[in-house]
Amino acid sequence: MPVVTETLDTVQSVTQSGYKWGFETHIEMDLAPKGLNEDIIRLISDRKQEPAWLLDWRLKAYAAWLKMEEPHWARVDHPKIDYQDLHYYAAPKKKQGPKSLDEVDPELLRTYEKLGIPLKERAILAGVDPGDAEEAARTPVAVDAVFDSVSVATTFRETLSKAGVIFCPISEAVRDYPDLVQQYLGSVVPVADNFYAALNSAVFTDGSFVFIPKGVRCPMELSTYFRINARSTGQFERTLIVAEEGSYVSYLEGCTAPMRDENQLHAAVVELVALDDAQIKYSTVQNWYPGDAEGRGGIYNFVTKRGACRGARSKISWTQVETGSAITWKYPSCVLQGEDSVGEFYSVAVTNNHQQADTGTKMIHLGRGSRSTIVSKGISAGHSNNTYRGLVRIAPQAAGARNFTQCDSLLIGDQCGAHTVPYIESRNRTAKVEHEATTSKIAEDQLFYCRQRGLSEEDAVGLIVNGFCKDVLKELPMEFAVEAQKLLAVSLEGSVG
Amino acid sequence: MLEIRGLAASINDKPILKGIDLTVPEGEIHAIMGPNGSGKSTLAYVLSGREEFDVTGGSASFNGVDLLAMEPEERAAAGVFLAFQAPIELPGVNNANFLRTALNAIRRARGESELDAVQFLKLARSEAKRLAMPEDMLKRNVNVGFSGGEKKRNEVLQMAILRPRLAILDETDSGLDIDALKIVADGVNALRAPDFSALVITHHQRLLDHLVPDRVHVLAHGRIIRSGGPDLARELEKSGYAQVVAEAA
Repeated sequence: MPVVTETLDTVQSVTQSGYKWGFETHIEMDLAPKGLNEDIIRLISDRKQEPAWLLDWRLKAYAAWLKMEEPHWARVDHPKIDYQDLHYYAAPKKKQGPKSLDEVDPELLRTYEKLGIPLKERAILAGVDPGDAEEAARTPVAVDAVFDSVSVATTFRETLSKAGVIFCPISEAVRDYPDLVQQYLGSVVPVADNFYAALNSAVFTDGSFVFIPKGVRCPMELSTYFRINARSTGQFERTLIVAEEGSYVSYLEGCTAPMRDENQLHAAVVELVALDDAQIKYSTVQNWYPGDAEGRGGIYNFVTKRGACRGARSKISWTQVETGSAITWKYPSCVLQGEDSVGEFYSVAVTNNHQQADTGTKMIHLGRGSRSTIVSKGISAGHSNNTYRGLVRIAPQAAGARNFTQCDSLLIGDQCGAHTVPYIESRNRTAKVEHEATTSKIAEDQLFYCRQRGLSEEDAVGLIVNGFCKDVLKELPMEFAVEAQKLLAVSLEGSVG
Repeated sequence: MLEIRGLAASINDKPILKGIDLTVPEGEIHAIMGPNGSGKSTLAYVLSGREEFDVTGGSASFNGVDLLAMEPEERAAAGVFLAFQAPIELPGVNNANFLRTALNAIRRARGESELDAVQFLKLARSEAKRLAMPEDMLKRNVNVGFSGGEKKRNEVLQMAILRPRLAILDETDSGLDIDALKIVADGVNALRAPDFSALVITHHQRLLDHLVPDRVHVLAHGRIIRSGGPDLARELEKSGYAQVVAEAA
C-alpha cells in the first residue's frame, strides 16, 4: 500500500469523534524518583552513559535554571507547576537493544498500531530492510520513534548512512558523534536562554539528531513521532539538526499523547543550524491532548525552537499546525546571520474549549539582504484564547533586509479571544517591514451558503477553516497536509451550533 | 410539487410574510414579481431554511415532505437549491472542491455513490462548457474576486451540477448584461424536466422573455395579490406595480 494511502487510512480513523488516542500502554517503567536536583541529573547522565562534558553542561544549565523564574509575559494562565513533583527520567525496560520485532515490547508495538504511525509499519520496527523494488519506488519516510524518553526504533538508518546522513537518537549521537554534538549543542539555544530551555538542558532525556553533510540532499523526509506516556512524566526532548553547506533536509514532527486528567509538562528544545546555501524545512503537526471540554487536563507545551541561518543564502522554514495541548507557548524563530539568508514561519494555531495558545515567531535579521516571511492563522472557538506574538528585529548591519508579516484571526462563536502582538524593531533605514493583520468571524451567511448546498454545519466549518488556513497548509508535505486538514475539522467539532 | 399554505414569517419580530398561498406543480416554472420590500427574498430564504427568519404560521411542503421541519442541508438533499441574490465569498475554498463536497454530500444523503475527483471534474467541465463559462472559474476560490456577472453564472453552474428538483432563483438576473442573462435563462431551460420546477424571483420582464414561466405571481406587502399567465409580466412591465397593488388594496 502506498504511503499516501496509508496516511489517508490513518486520517480516516482520526476523524472518528473524540480524542482517539486516549489509551495508556502498560509496560514496566524504569522511573527515577520524583523531584529535581543534581543527583537526578547525574542519574540521567549516568543512565545515558554520557561523557563528562555533557554532565557538566547539564549541571551548568541546572545552576542557571535555579536562578531563573518562570516567564509570565505570555497570555496564558495556569496553576503553579511544582517542578519537584515530576519524574525526570522514565525509560521502558528492555532486555538489550530492540534489534528485531521479538525484542520490542509487544505492548509498545500495539501502541504504535493504535497510533497508526505511518512507519512502514511493524515490519520496519523489526528492522526489516525495505529492499524490494516496490518498496524503493515509494517516497520513503524515515521515522525515529520516541517512546517517552528512549528511542526504541530508528528506521532507514542504513539508507541514510549511505548518503552520509546521520539520523539517530541524540543520546546515541552523544556517544557516536561526540565532536559534532559538542560543537553544535546549545549553540543556537544557549543553556540559560530561558527558563524552560534551561530546564530542558539540565534534564533532557532524548530526542533526535540529524546531520546532513555538505552538498547532500537528504533522500527522504525525516519524521519523528513523539509520544508522552508515563503518568506525571515531564518530557524533555532535545532535537538538533545541522545542515552543512548546500545540503537540504525536510523534517516532520508529529505528536500525539494519551488522554489523562492531570496536566503534563512538555518543554522541548529544537535547534537548527544551516550553513551556506543549506535549507532546512521543519514541519510540525501537534495534536496533544488539549484537555476536556471543561478545561481539565491536557498538555502544557512550553517549547523553544530556534534556527540559525549561519551561512550565506541559507534558508530555514518552520511550518506548524498546532491543534492540541491545553497551553501552547511556542515561538519557532530564525536568526538570520548569513547574507541573503531566508527565514519563514507558517503557522496555524487552533484553540477550542478552554485551550490557550500564545505562539508566534522571532525573525532576527543580522545579515545583509536577509528576508523573512511570517504567515500566521489563528482560529479560536469555545472559551479559548489565541495569541500571535511575533518579533521582527532588523539589526543596524542588516542593510536591505525585508520582512512580510500576515496575521489573520478567525473567531468562531463569541466567547473566545484572538490577540495579535507584533513587535517590530528596525535599526536600518534601508530595511522594509510590512505587517498585515485581519480578524474575521465565520459569518452566518457563509455557513448558510454551504449548508444550502448540502454540507452539514461541521463540514461547512471545516471547509471554511481549511480555506482560511490554505496559505499555511500548502507549505506542508503532502502526507501531513491531509492529516492536518482532518485534524482542523476534528479540533473544532462541536464548536458551532 | 411545492405547496405553500398560509405561510407567515418574521425577522426580529417584524412580520414580512403574511400568509402566502402558492402551488408550483412538478415540471412548471413560476415567476415571482413585486416591488422592493414585498418579501420576495424572505420567501426564498424561508423555503431554503435560513435561521434568522421565524416561521410564525402556515406550511410549506415539497413532494409531500414538510420543508419547514428540515435543516437547510436536508432541504438541499431533498432537491431544493437557492441561487443567491448576493452569492457569498469563501476565501481559500476552491470552487471545484466546494462543489464536489456539496455534490457528494447530497449524493450521500440520497444513498447514491460519491464521485471521485476525476469523475467530478469531467462533469464540472462539461457543464461549464455548456454554460460558456471559462474553465478557470472552477479553480478559483468560491466567488472571491468574481465580478457580479461571474458570481451569478457561478450560481447557475452550481445548479447545473447539483441538479435540483426545485430551484429558487433570487434575482439572479439583476446586474447581468443581455448575453449573461441569456446564459442564465438557458441554464435554467436546460434543466426543464417533468420532475423539475423553479421559482424565479425577478424585477424584470427581460429574463422572462428567455425563460418563459408557466405562471406569474405578484407579491406585495407579504401576500400574493395577483396571479396570471406570462402576459401578466408584460402588463406589469408596462404599467408598473403601483396600479396592481392599488387594485388589490
